[in-house]
Amino acid sequence: MKALRDVFGDTLVSLGETNPNVVVLDADLANSTKADKFAKAHPDKFLQMGIAEQNFVGVAVGLASFGFVPWLSTFTVFFTHRAVDPIRMLVAQTKANVKLGAAYSGLLTGLTGKTHQDVEDIAIMRAMPDMTVLAPADAIEGEAIIRWATEFQGPVYLRLARDASPNVFDENYRFVPGKTISLREGSDVLLISTGPQSVRCLQAAELLEGQGISAGVLHVPSIKPVNKEEIVNASEKVKLVITVEEHTIYGGLGGLVAEILSEASPRRVVRFGIEDRWGESAPNEYLLDLFQMSPGRLSERVKKVVG
Amino acid sequence: MNTKTDYEELEALARRGRWLSISTVAASGAGHVGGPFSAMDLLVALYFRVMNIRPEEPRWSERDRFILSKGHSSIGQYVVMALRGYLPVEELKTFDKGGSRLQGHPDVTKLPGLDTSTGSLGQGLSVGLGFALGARMRAQKIHTFVILGDGELQEGMVWEALHVAPRYKLGNLTAILDWNGLQQFGWVLAVNEQHRGDRRDPWSGIDLRGIFEKLGWRCIEIDGHDFSQIVPALESAKASGDSDRPTMIIAHTIKGKGVHLTEGKYEWHSKIATKEELRMIAKELRIEEAVL
Repeated sequence: MKALRDVFGDTLVSLGETNPNVVVLDADLANSTKADKFAKAHPDKFLQMGIAEQNFVGVAVGLASFGFVPWLSTFTVFFTHRAVDPIRMLVAQTKANVKLGAAYSGLLTGLTGKTHQDVEDIAIMRAMPDMTVLAPADAIEGEAIIRWATEFQGPVYLRLARDASPNVFDENYRFVPGKTISLREGSDVLLISTGPQSVRCLQAAELLEGQGISAGVLHVPSIKPVNKEEIVNASEKVKLVITVEEHTIYGGLGGLVAEILSEASPRRVVRFGIEDRWGESAPNEYLLDLFQMSPGRLSERVKKVVG
Repeated sequence: MNTKTDYEELEALARRGRWLSISTVAASGAGHVGGPFSAMDLLVALYFRVMNIRPEEPRWSERDRFILSKGHSSIGQYVVMALRGYLPVEELKTFDKGGSRLQGHPDVTKLPGLDTSTGSLGQGLSVGLGFALGARMRAQKIHTFVILGDGELQEGMVWEALHVAPRYKLGNLTAILDWNGLQQFGWVLAVNEQHRGDRRDPWSGIDLRGIFEKLGWRCIEIDGHDFSQIVPALESAKASGDSDRPTMIIAHTIKGKGVHLTEGKYEWHSKIATKEELRMIAKELRIEEAVL
């Protein structure tokens, strides 16, 4: 169990040792996002761009055209809100080989309040043509995805949680873009989730088992591209599909699943997430309870819906 | 040394460029005129005299890089690229048409020879900074030129790049400010205000040169329509590629320059010339082969 921001920093340090083209651009948050580890290990490949997120996106596009693989590091909210125009025109529309390391995603941002909690990013980024959108659940998947994204030619948006979640994968894990991962089989209800919320879904499913409800968990680390058939097949095996995300229920993972199923296999889809409101400053446990995404609260809510 | 005759050749190219721009825009029924005209002399000097480029090999890795950050002036760039041999002049007829390589705003995925996409204003200098940094890190003798509009200088992102570029001591980066003093609509002139255009200069009364210099840029101020000033300024910027300061060429220009009908008139930002106007313009630009 390792904080995903440490995974980010450590994996970049390791990549910097083997791939001479990897460079890291920071918008003055390296000691939060842990890109400072890379700065220490590879000072000549670390570019401090100051508190100026639009500019560092453009600089990365220029560097990419010289064969560098730029990893940009800042908080999620500054990518998808402040710098979304250059990301759209300069990165996505030109298919530039730029990697957006979006740290502190979702609600659990370390007591920052709603200003720094980005609960709209999936909706924004998955609407963008030519953008790959990935959200790892644990440290092992996080490292695998960072390594995959570095080799992949094209824009990648990496939605990275700040903190640690218990590992659900082992060393045999291999990331395949688009592929969904069944973390648990169940016959009554299927919880579809992404990022570390998938781990909390798994914990909720264990609680539900004790209450006579058989809940499956399907993890979607690759929001775009996504294997639609796998989502359809998994959904057809259960009576009810519930999506759970640390994100608004509009246009995110819930939107994605509802879009797929409404066309390919119409059925009821219940979306759990943030319902048209902002977050607030509070410890992780408080926020997860408030938005009914902690294993306990989530299992209660699932039970009510299934009941 | 360049002789007067050399500049006459560039002047003739610029007149032809203006004609092809306004006639192409008229034929396609949409596009911009004022901006391409104010930048035309700068574009001609860059493509025909200053930049190390190979039109027959547009992706040549050692080429100098160029970004027209004020991407709505795309027709000006396409025309000069056509005259320079990147594409057939005939292809200009496809401008803004379905399936064309000549999109309304420059699209790097469509036309070889473009170095990035522009259109949403204020973004080009950041990419130019990345080119300059990339060339420096690869130890390549490549110079990057970025044309900025004074209108787009109102975008905050430009100032992010203006602040950071000197920090990286990028002598191989040159920004050229096409300061024509007009934008699409802007502000009305104050009573008794004197200006080369018919609306207010967005930077009226502001010491831009002083600001750029304080930020760490080496500044050269020129008349952006006088090749005897443009060419030496660009060559001087390029020659200081190994220096530790980026260069800002402040080019004083006139929007719609080169044709009396359009000079200094904000409404020609984007306007379609009538056939009668085109006849007059062709005559003024000394274009003999004009087919209307």
